Amino acid sequence: MKFKSILDAVGNTPLVEVPRLAPADNVRIWVKLEGQNPTGSVKDRIAIALVEAGEASGELTADKIMLEPTSGNTGIALAMVASTRGYRFTAVMPDNASAERVQLLRAFGADIIFSEGSKGTNGSVAMAQELAEDPKYYMPFQYGNPANVDAHYNGTGREILEDLPEVKAFVAGLGTGGTLMGVGKRLKEHDPSIKIVAAEPELGELVYGLRSLEDGYIPPIFDPEMLDGKVKVRARESILWTRELLRKEGIFAGISAGAVIWVAQRVGERLSADGGGDIACLLPDGGWKYMSTEAWTQDIETAESQVEEVLWW
Amino acid sequence: MPVEVRIPTVFRRFTGDRSVVEVGPGTIAEVIDQLEAQHPGFREQIITSEGELHRFVNIYVNDEDARYLEKLDTKVDEGDTISLLPSVAGG
Repeated sequence: MKFKSILDAVGNTPLVEVPRLAPADNVRIWVKLEGQNPTGSVKDRIAIALVEAGEASGELTADKIMLEPTSGNTGIALAMVASTRGYRFTAVMPDNASAERVQLLRAFGADIIFSEGSKGTNGSVAMAQELAEDPKYYMPFQYGNPANVDAHYNGTGREILEDLPEVKAFVAGLGTGGTLMGVGKRLKEHDPSIKIVAAEPELGELVYGLRSLEDGYIPPIFDPEMLDGKVKVRARESILWTRELLRKEGIFAGISAGAVIWVAQRVGERLSADGGGDIACLLPDGGWKYMSTEAWTQDIETAESQVEEVLWW
Repeated sequence: MPVEVRIPTVFRRFTGDRSVVEVGPGTIAEVIDQLEAQHPGFREQIITSEGELHRFVNIYVNDEDARYLEKLDTKVDEGDTISLLPSVAGG
């Protein structure tokens, strides 16, 4: 494969069957390895779409600094796209994001403004929205920008259907909602009976120590009607299933991938009773950025507490 | 066996700082009635004046979001766990 630019190497990720993780004989689970993208996460797809949308609308010009709230992956991807196009980029990120994410952002030349870790990504969103009132910034805003959804409708969803037209269910993590909305729309246009199920993190008390419900946040691009189910997953199950992926299938994925696989088990049990079929799962990133949590090498209690200290979603 | 309701930090001032409250089985609506009886003022924190679940609150029955089950009519059996969690974003 030859590419003119690193940006052309984004997408067309492998869809790999994981037979040892299928919950029944008549169910097949396939995982889309988004860690294979250039910066190592699914967010490369939306970073290109967000920047191109900003350029097309005329809002993103050479004199602007791009500013984005992120738990890490979107920031790293935007920093990569920014560097190929000559923009400056500033990430607004909770101060408890993993050390690897901070280092990667800096390596890609991004500036970082830290928001209060106890407020999670919600706190970064609020802070970035205030900062973005300064006209020197252009904020693509992944939580509200339809380009996020479009990237998954035109890319991720199309690729899944090309590889697996018989797909019966799709499972992905819920962050901005972009993946679930975009892939969900594409899959349901193909076959309205395809089930779209979200895995949602149950974060530690640290993040839920929110003072009031008004600190809650629902991304504007998220439409709850697109989903057929939503299941919450604790850090412990996510770690255990991330380990299963590595041990049984040789796939080194990030912590949230374990949450997706755990939810796929439940979806698979129901699908099995309903005649069986194929489930596509989106694994957003590789395990590299989570090494400092010792998720694979420590006993589960220690690993759990160390994962809960960082933002793993 | 009772139904265990896990209370997030944001609501604990209504439960005397308790993180878990026990109630009897029923629908989610009936569970909320029991919570209100035990801890007056609780209901209006999670149910809007239109009788709907507050949009920033998610109620889970054994990890599944009740919005995708039978909403407030979802049955909760003995031994089940209900969790109330505020919405958070990722990305």
